Amino acid sequence: MFEATAQNRRNLKVEGLFRLLFLWMTCMLILPVALILGVLIVRGGPAISWEFLFTQPLNNMTAGGILPALVGTVWLVVVALIASVPVGVAAALYLSEYAPDNRLTRAINLAIINLAGVPSIVHALFGLGAFVIFFRFGTSILAASLTLAVMTLPVVIVATRESLQTVPLAFREACWNMGATRWQTIRKIVLPNSISGILTGVILEVSRTSGETAPIMFTGAAFFLPFLPQGVLDQTMAMSLHLFVISTQVPDVPEHMPFGVALVLISMVLAMNGISIAFRVYLRGRKKW
Amino acid sequence: MSVAEPATPGAVDASAAILVEKLNLWYGDFQALLDVDLRVRAGAITSLIGPSGCGKTTLLRSVNRINERLGYVRTTGSIRLWGLDVLDPSVEIAQLRKQVGMVFQRPNPLPLSVRDNVLFGTRVHLPDGRPPNRVEGDRIVEEALRQVLLWDELKDSLDRRGTELSLEQQQKLCIARLLPVKPRLLLMDEPCSALDPAGTEAVEELIWKLRGDYTILIVTHNMAQARRASEECVFMLLGEIIEHSDTASMFLNPANSQTAAYIEGRYG
Ligand SMILES: Nc1ncnc2c1ncn2[C@@H]1O[C@H](COP(=O)(O)OP(=O)(O)OP(=O)(O)O)[C@@H](O)[C@H]1O
Ligand SMILES: [Mg+2]
Repeated sequence: MFEATAQNRRNLKVEGLFRLLFLWMTCMLILPVALILGVLIVRGGPAISWEFLFTQPLNNMTAGGILPALVGTVWLVVVALIASVPVGVAAALYLSEYAPDNRLTRAINLAIINLAGVPSIVHALFGLGAFVIFFRFGTSILAASLTLAVMTLPVVIVATRESLQTVPLAFREACWNMGATRWQTIRKIVLPNSISGILTGVILEVSRTSGETAPIMFTGAAFFLPFLPQGVLDQTMAMSLHLFVISTQVPDVPEHMPFGVALVLISMVLAMNGISIAFRVYLRGRKKW
Repeated sequence: MSVAEPATPGAVDASAAILVEKLNLWYGDFQALLDVDLRVRAGAITSLIGPSGCGKTTLLRSVNRINERLGYVRTTGSIRLWGLDVLDPSVEIAQLRKQVGMVFQRPNPLPLSVRDNVLFGTRVHLPDGRPPNRVEGDRIVEEALRQVLLWDELKDSLDRRGTELSLEQQQKLCIARLLPVKPRLLLMDEPCSALDPAGTEAVEELIWKLRGDYTILIVTHNMAQARRASEECVFMLLGEIIEHSDTASMFLNPANSQTAAYIEGRYG
């Protein structure tokens, strides 16, 4: 009564086949990531040392460290965060909590999606025209960070809205029906229950910009500037541009150096991702409804 | 104009908490309420019965004007609470909602502690012009939880999240949450339908206990409940009010044959 029929066996065979296929595709996906990391660690690992991280470049960037680029990237990301987070979060709050569902709102949503699709080189030219020239910030951390901020705004808005949407509508309705205004609802219920998601999402998105090269190339990043920036109106070196420069523009760079720079850059991004994911997991575990 | 002001004596019928006249309501092109006239006696429990889709929720939601949030709703006619027209443009929605508490089918406590749930209204409306301090807060919480018969169960767990309680406790908490701002009218939309029989009985008992202090309008699908727990009963069908009388006589000898058919369970 319970033995397998021929049909069962055929099904099982097909089942196994598809399972194998999907597994294989998944491995194909992991392979490049593993390869990149492996190559970087093997070839760039020997370059990493205290001296490499914390000293100035020497001999036309063929020796010494990467300190100005490291510090510059941190500056760029932090200033970009400060510029884009308040604007993006406020816009997302408006769109998700206040805006009526009408044609204008839909047009704005469409614009946000399209803005996310603008190539970074176009943002670079926009930043050059707007921040460097029109607002007279010159080539500076400020101009470069604002360019990065504009570029990441759409993802900040989307990430924020996703977090806001995780707060069930029933909670908002409960508040409204008690006579709470939209703002009271946001402040007492919506934000406290989504702020962790918003922050982690936003940090994650903005930290990705640390690898961007094009938008900062014309607006604030210098090829070679062996000083640490003193303020937002200074130019600065940056990891991504430094990597580009020593890989393609400077002769006689020892081979392990660009790999070392790449390894440090990718570690920075992964570390930030790791922190924000850990943060998210921790907070998600705590909240229950 | 605030709904809280007492109505001018003599000008209106003081025994009517809600007076609905010629109320028509459209969702887009669909008319959900047709010329509804309703008079709800102050201090009594009135139940609203009728088959699914007849407009009970719609009528209830018109009273505290939550339907308006949907942009495509259009209303004509008048709804007076204690003689004051709530559809008047000068009515402040926050004041209206303070006077008119609403309880939903699904208990919806806020993701806050029991204590903060109860105090939420006072923090939104600031009845004394400021949030209550620790001592006042304790007093308000105890009073409200006592009124809904939850104090003994929860007095040692006021810091638990409202969302972690049992459904029955959640629903009682949702009622307790309304009381500190001293509403005069409570609207309940099938408040027991998510509860088990024991929970239903407990919540019914509570509603019965609140009678007199509050005017209560309650939607229910449960005939036994309408019969047990209300003094007046309103039967609706397809957006119209068919019959309105005191509960006992409606269930004993309904005036309208459709009412009789519904009560006997022939449809709905
Ligand atoms: N938001 C809405 N948009 C459009 N039509 C609606 C909306 N809400 C209700 N309706 C319609 O209005 C009519 C009355 O609905 P309502 O929810 O008031 O009925 P009800 O008597 O509460 O029913 P139930 O017993 O199922 O809760 C129904 O035909 C319904 O389809
Ligand atoms: Mg309903």
